[in-house]
Amino acid sequence: MDFSLTKEHEMARQLFKDFAENEVKPLAQEIDEEHRFPRETVDKLAKYGFLGIPVAKELGGQGCDVLTYAMCVEELSKVCGTTGVIVSAHTSLCVDPIMTFGTPEQKEKYGRPLAKGEKLGAFGLTEPGAGTDAQGQQTKAVLDGDEWVLNGSKCFITNGKEADVYVIFAVTGKIEKRGKFIKEISAFIVEKGTPGFTFGTKENKMGICASSTYELIFTDCRIPKENMLGQQGKGFNIAMHTLDGGRIGIAAQALGIAEGALETTIAYVKERKQFGKTIAQQQNTQFQLADMATKVEAAKLLVYKAAMKKDEYTKNPKISYSVEAAMAKLYAAEVAMEVTTKCVQLHGGYGYIKEYGVERMMRDAKITEIYEGTSEVQRMVISANLLK
Amino acid sequence: MKIIVCIKQVPDTKGGVKFNPDGTLDRGAMLAIMNPDDKAGLEAALRLKDQYGAEVTVLTMGLPKAADVLREAIAMGADKGILVTDRVLGGADTWATSTTIAGAIRNLDYDIIITGRQAIDGDTAQVGPQIAEHLGIPVVSYAQEIKVNGDTVTVKRQYDDRYHMVEVKTPCLITALSELNEPRYMTPGGIFDACKAEITTWGRADLKDVDDSNIGLAGSPTKIARASDKVRKGAGEKFVPETPTEAVDIIVGKLKEKHVI
Repeated sequence: MDFSLTKEHEMARQLFKDFAENEVKPLAQEIDEEHRFPRETVDKLAKYGFLGIPVAKELGGQGCDVLTYAMCVEELSKVCGTTGVIVSAHTSLCVDPIMTFGTPEQKEKYGRPLAKGEKLGAFGLTEPGAGTDAQGQQTKAVLDGDEWVLNGSKCFITNGKEADVYVIFAVTGKIEKRGKFIKEISAFIVEKGTPGFTFGTKENKMGICASSTYELIFTDCRIPKENMLGQQGKGFNIAMHTLDGGRIGIAAQALGIAEGALETTIAYVKERKQFGKTIAQQQNTQFQLADMATKVEAAKLLVYKAAMKKDEYTKNPKISYSVEAAMAKLYAAEVAMEVTTKCVQLHGGYGYIKEYGVERMMRDAKITEIYEGTSEVQRMVISANLLK
Repeated sequence: MKIIVCIKQVPDTKGGVKFNPDGTLDRGAMLAIMNPDDKAGLEAALRLKDQYGAEVTVLTMGLPKAADVLREAIAMGADKGILVTDRVLGGADTWATSTTIAGAIRNLDYDIIITGRQAIDGDTAQVGPQIAEHLGIPVVSYAQEIKVNGDTVTVKRQYDDRYHMVEVKTPCLITALSELNEPRYMTPGGIFDACKAEITTWGRADLKDVDDSNIGLAGSPTKIARASDKVRKGAGEKFVPETPTEAVDIIVGKLKEKHVI
């Protein structure tokens, strides 16, 4: 077992670090306070290929692996959790299902511009009554001639109003399974600007404030028949596959937030003096830093392992990375919450002041325990695998 | 159009300069980066490539580890990398370096050679113009802007309080300032390609028309007696003279004492 990074990964990490430091960090505070989507950053992410990292070059991507992508989300999230999730939602939740389940025409028409960053992607599964429980879906799609007619709404959609292409799930019928009727769910590709597709409320959130989180509303929204993604009735599988990948992205985001808070705090405790010595000289601080660094390192190994497992999957689709992704997300998210909370505490009163950045990291960390499957859902995934 | 960009791997001085006990630079203890002026030169070449279409070759002389900056340059968009490395070339001053690089360039076709103005580890600004001299081509230094029209290159050259517009025919050499532009980032895909790219490696035997007496430490006229980090100056002596005449006497006395006058 070799824990050292390859030359490619070391260079990529340096690139992401430099980019995050120069282009993302200077805006992090401002966009958080203004709840403003950082369009200028997204344009730069697109320019340098950060929106298509794990996609094959032939399809407009960078031809890198999932580990490189995870490191990109990690480094961006070290300085700005919002920027991390913009890349993660776009790549894992929109580009990935289109590239995995799309027809050659869909990959060309939607996948390529998304991978090149000319378009931004989003994913709509969650509804007021349906999150991880996909059977709670109310949005319906009915075939009418050569078009599917969508009716319903989706909520909490990341990249909501800023995206151009959306992967949307809807009920397309009923199927009998073990004597019971269950909803048949299918996936669709919907373009922004399609008549009948509008936006509802912008969510006013606790963290990742600059991320554009919206309700999507479909009212007799007609989309071409050929925009069904994958086979009819395979929507649930597509959603679960997509979320497995998405969890690696969110785990990387959580890892980055924790690392960012820890780095900020290490610098702070070396400067802050109390009772005639720096707080770094207090044993309490030292022990807390040691515990946090150890947990962050453990989280990093889980995240990288999950990413590498997904890379194996791309070569051999029989391999499952579902449990690794769930473990990585569960652990990294909880570490992020714990570390950022302790970092605020180590900052004392200054930790509660926005200028110091750690309170933003603490607010941003919370969502990683919730979206793309709560920590409880991750525990369900992990234990179901243990007890099967 | 064929462009050669000469780049150098230098220690990152941001983290402070570190020395070995013998006074030489402890390069291993410092992060290595692409020299900023050279990076601007590379960016200028890549912009010419974007605008007019060009083949960009990056060339460096150094230890085998210097291949890293060539890969970085390829990840930014350069087409080929050439590393000139050989034990006999070590310890070179600007004269021996420029002789070596010119010897390597004689093997290549080129329209424009771009070098950085100077490297942050030596700060001499001599190597670029010396290469041009060895190759017998014109040099335009301190470029702020470069435009190409056929075989004519127009360079906006920075000067103290003004700039000069200099027109020059290819082949020519231009030295670039880090203020010239904002160098682009690498791309992730570029990095993966660069790590697979073959770096051409040349040694002493590959240098064309170069005499042994002009290379390496032995061929370097410059001898460094001693190198050290900047030492903070003490507070100095303070005087409070009663009259201007007394002040002049004190200053003149001190200057004489130090053999300044």
